[in-house]
Amino acid sequence: MSILVDKNTKVLTQGITGSTGQLHTRGCRDYGTQMVAGVTPGRGGTDFEGIPIFNTVVEAVAETGANASVIYVPPPFAADAIMEAVDAEVELVICITEGIPVLDMVRVKRYLAGKKSRLIGPNCPGVITPGECKIGIMPGYIHTPGAIGVVSRSGTLTYEAVHQLTQLGIGQSSCVGIGGDPVNGTGFIDVLRLFQDDPQTEGVVLIGEIGGSAEEEAAAFIKEHMTKPVAAFIAGQTAPKGKRMGHAGAIIAGGKGTAAEKVQAFRDAGVAIISSPAEMGKTMAAAMG
Amino acid sequence: MNIHEYQAKEILRKNGVAVLDGRVATTPDEAEAAAQELGGGLCVVKAQIHAGGRGKAGGVKLAKTPQEAREYAAALLGTTLVTHQTGPEGKEVQKVFVEQGCDIDQEFYLGMVIDRATARVTMMASSEGGVEIEEVAERSPEKILRATIDPAVGFGAFQGRQLAYGLGLPKDTVNKAVAFMRGLYKAFSESDASMAEINPLVLTKSGDLLALDAKMGFDDNALFRHADIREMRDVTEENEKEVAASKFDLNYIALDGNIGCMVNGAGLAMATMDIIKHYGAEPANFLDVGGGATTEKVTEAFKIILSDENVKGVLVNIFGGIMRCDVVANGVVEAAKQVNLSVPLVVRLEGTNVELGKTILAESGLAIIPADDLADGAKKIVEAIGA
Repeated sequence: MSILVDKNTKVLTQGITGSTGQLHTRGCRDYGTQMVAGVTPGRGGTDFEGIPIFNTVVEAVAETGANASVIYVPPPFAADAIMEAVDAEVELVICITEGIPVLDMVRVKRYLAGKKSRLIGPNCPGVITPGECKIGIMPGYIHTPGAIGVVSRSGTLTYEAVHQLTQLGIGQSSCVGIGGDPVNGTGFIDVLRLFQDDPQTEGVVLIGEIGGSAEEEAAAFIKEHMTKPVAAFIAGQTAPKGKRMGHAGAIIAGGKGTAAEKVQAFRDAGVAIISSPAEMGKTMAAAMG
Repeated sequence: MNIHEYQAKEILRKNGVAVLDGRVATTPDEAEAAAQELGGGLCVVKAQIHAGGRGKAGGVKLAKTPQEAREYAAALLGTTLVTHQTGPEGKEVQKVFVEQGCDIDQEFYLGMVIDRATARVTMMASSEGGVEIEEVAERSPEKILRATIDPAVGFGAFQGRQLAYGLGLPKDTVNKAVAFMRGLYKAFSESDASMAEINPLVLTKSGDLLALDAKMGFDDNALFRHADIREMRDVTEENEKEVAASKFDLNYIALDGNIGCMVNGAGLAMATMDIIKHYGAEPANFLDVGGGATTEKVTEAFKIILSDENVKGVLVNIFGGIMRCDVVANGVVEAAKQVNLSVPLVVRLEGTNVELGKTILAESGLAIIPADDLADGAKKIVEAIGA
């Protein structure tokens, strides 16, 4: 077991003919993921290294039975690409694209209401179930199959956490990047609930950052519903107020969204606090007892 | 991206929001002429800087005659205004806005933000005009009225009425308030704003509703579709190094410490700053070089980091992932040579071809201190600068 993706997941790539789409479609296929289709309007009928390309998502799904989509479409067109996948009732839509206008995401979020799809991202590294299925841009080789779930707002910091776990001989059940944008599809709570219900997952590393209140809400959920141990790190303890730290969502606005508030919320929820980013693996190991 | 008050009011006017007539001026002569054009009577001379709190800092003056407008403009232009939002260094006044005066009866607050919890645009209104909304939220949260806007429908007239009656506006101004709010939402959504604030919104003695002050900020990710707003950018209001970095697609934020950092990825960049602090020193900056750390980008990043004279050492932290460490190592070596690096440099590389990368650094002939992991890198740079 794992969450969201496994060896049976059939993936289509939206934006398969762009350089990013090509690079990572190849990377995911080489990892062992079933990459069954690509979509680029106007390129239907051709193929990318044997993977058939379609003009529309609905056609790709009908022909190949794809049940997950990964999106590398450039920012001006990415919101439309997400809605196309949702309209085609693709179960899992993962948007890697960074830099989508936030009001576009407000509309996407509205469009998602009542639909069958789950959106992960945007501005995220993707989702991986080690040894089974990798969808996204994370380096596959740092992962190892195991029992720890990882959920994070950051890309490279997630790799750092996974690397530390693997170095300590601790494998991962699934790793989910929810993305660094202020408006995204799936939040911490959705992923925590999946990990809590997943028999393979025995503990969770949560990586948050300054800005918004998603971590505080996650802490409240953990306190109420999680029986599995959780270790959390919040990036941006030294970040100044009012400055956007790279990610569109990483900003302390009006004095709200500081690391200190988030750490306190997690502490109150009984979460193991990771005080140094060099100790993400160690803290999780200790919390597992 | 932020803009000046006079620019925000121009956008509002185009969207049917009631504002007073005004002119921007960069010299005392222009200010006098502007006051004359506005009728020669009472007017207000307002310093244009990207920061709030101008009134309390002496940046807003009431002039009774065009001659007085000239004198106030002369006094303001070229001076540095320090408000609670500018930091102690303040901001130089390069423009003033000369605006008609009005008879204020009551002051209100009206603002718009993108609320992350509901993933929707929210309009906020309060009877506490002229006060900062954060302060009101802290002291008397019940005084803030909210309307959450469905993007598929837009701002409903009923929402405008709810807010207007909630503010206690006289009943013959309710329709004006609804039109004002609808105009504000239109301005916000059509320009991809990230925030808009009318503080104060005033009710005049003659029963008009006007935006006395206006502040707007925009989503940088949406500027590609707003050429008119891009043109409003005033780079003199921004940090010089941050502007230079943005030209090379580098995310750079200047901080107060003395250890420069160069990292790939925003989360890891923040975590690197945090671990420097953890070992007792302070980061000089946040810098995310992004996914493709080419030699050119790394070189520019070094130049920007080192242009900060407080920097006593640099920590490079790259988690290669897809990016190959040998490519990064070559970039770092090349860049360090080009900029004649004279402060200690600690490099922590992880990812594909890491051993090859470390060999390249070791054989470069440069005094690069290699680090094995995040903690090792932070410890070594803190030691190297003798903090």
